[in-house]
Amino acid sequence: MTTTISRDQLAARVARDIPEGAVMNLGIGAPTRVANFLPAGLEVILHTENGMLGMGPEPAADRIDPDLINAGKQPVTELPGTAYFHHADSFAMMRGGHLDVCVLGAFQVSERGDLANWSTGAPDSIPAVGGAMDLAIGARQVYVMTDLLTRAGQSKLVKECSYPLTGVGCVNRIYTDHAIFDVTPTGLAVIELFGDNTVSQLSALTGLDLDDATITDVNHKELA
Amino acid sequence: MNGWAMISKVKDSVEEAVSGIPDGAVVMIGGFGRAGQPVELIDALLAQGATELTVINNNAGNGDTGLAALLAARRVRRIICSFPRQSDSHVFDALYRAGEIELELVPQGNLAERIRAAGAGIGAFFTPTGFGTALAEGKETREIDGRQYVLEHALRADIALVSAFRADRWGNLVYRKTARNFGPIMAAAATTTIVQVDDILELGAVDPESVVTPGLYVDRVVAVGERAWLRDGEFVGSDSIEGAAS
Repeated sequence: MTTTISRDQLAARVARDIPEGAVMNLGIGAPTRVANFLPAGLEVILHTENGMLGMGPEPAADRIDPDLINAGKQPVTELPGTAYFHHADSFAMMRGGHLDVCVLGAFQVSERGDLANWSTGAPDSIPAVGGAMDLAIGARQVYVMTDLLTRAGQSKLVKECSYPLTGVGCVNRIYTDHAIFDVTPTGLAVIELFGDNTVSQLSALTGLDLDDATITDVNHKELA
Repeated sequence: MNGWAMISKVKDSVEEAVSGIPDGAVVMIGGFGRAGQPVELIDALLAQGATELTVINNNAGNGDTGLAALLAARRVRRIICSFPRQSDSHVFDALYRAGEIELELVPQGNLAERIRAAGAGIGAFFTPTGFGTALAEGKETREIDGRQYVLEHALRADIALVSAFRADRWGNLVYRKTARNFGPIMAAAATTTIVQVDDILELGAVDPESVVTPGLYVDRVVAVGERAWLRDGEFVGSDSIEGAAS
């Protein structure tokens, strides 16, 4: 049996890697939780693609401002230092390499860093891409945060994505509930294992050749 | 003196503001979800009757009002957007599944930049977004300085319907928070730009340093009254994202 950490533990682990001063975009869904684990007082600027830098947490129930929402169309607040801008500027910030980090969900990531997260390709589904393709190529560091396995037990880390691609070779690092992987020129490298997991177990689960790049003197068992 | 009239783009009603929109028009509609959606202008367009429209919006309608109502009335032949599928996009979903509306799906940043390009007189541009994906199939690509790009063309419209916060009679606009979204770029990309605002101020009362959309991009402006979550311009809160007063 392998060890898995919870989604909140994973969000907390991602948050530990966000340096002070970073400008960051958090994708819709699980990545949004990373914001909950940034230390109070740490100056990290959150970008939301609908035109805002300096996004704050959700408002009190009676202080909702329908003009102030995030990319998931949920109500948010503004922090001191907030700036608003139009949509073309917002995506110029991404495309132009001005964001330090984005954290995205995934259906699949290939060992070359190709990302599939916008469509399962099911013929009866209604396609919707939103900002996924822009974000995938739109930050200096593109992190994926996901369970390693689908509900059916299949690895989301794959040799080649079978789902429609969001971006080619765009992912730098994958935070999963089993371990953290870096995308390297020679494939995926495990940089951190959770619990008692081993690289050979993960190779068996994913069917991939994985480099062992873990630092052995770091004890991350408190996360498990 | 010269026989010209003083500049006033102010219309007295939303009906007047949307008059003359022809059947088959390409209509940009601002807004991201409900924020910045020009609901009163959309309702007026619904009443005005133009049909066979092509609509450009980030989404494809929420719930049963605004853009969703225009879709439900079968007035939209084609929609160009980035994110049609939402939890409350049932009107679009049903039309799409029945094959009764055409969809052109565009990555959101490419959509914004195509609109911006049209307003800026750029015919097309190379973007890295979408390269190697299904949404770039059949499009010209080019390697520039070692990176791969896709050619995307400018997207212009006959009409833009935009919601802003305040205006003057020259059409200078300021927006409010994330309701700005597509407003400024759509205002520049359409032949006729029609704007609804909470109120219209005296010329000179909009701080020139704060003008987001200069009036030359605006053709018609109409005041529709203060949004429910403001009193005299100050935020008083709401208890729902739909904007019901708290």
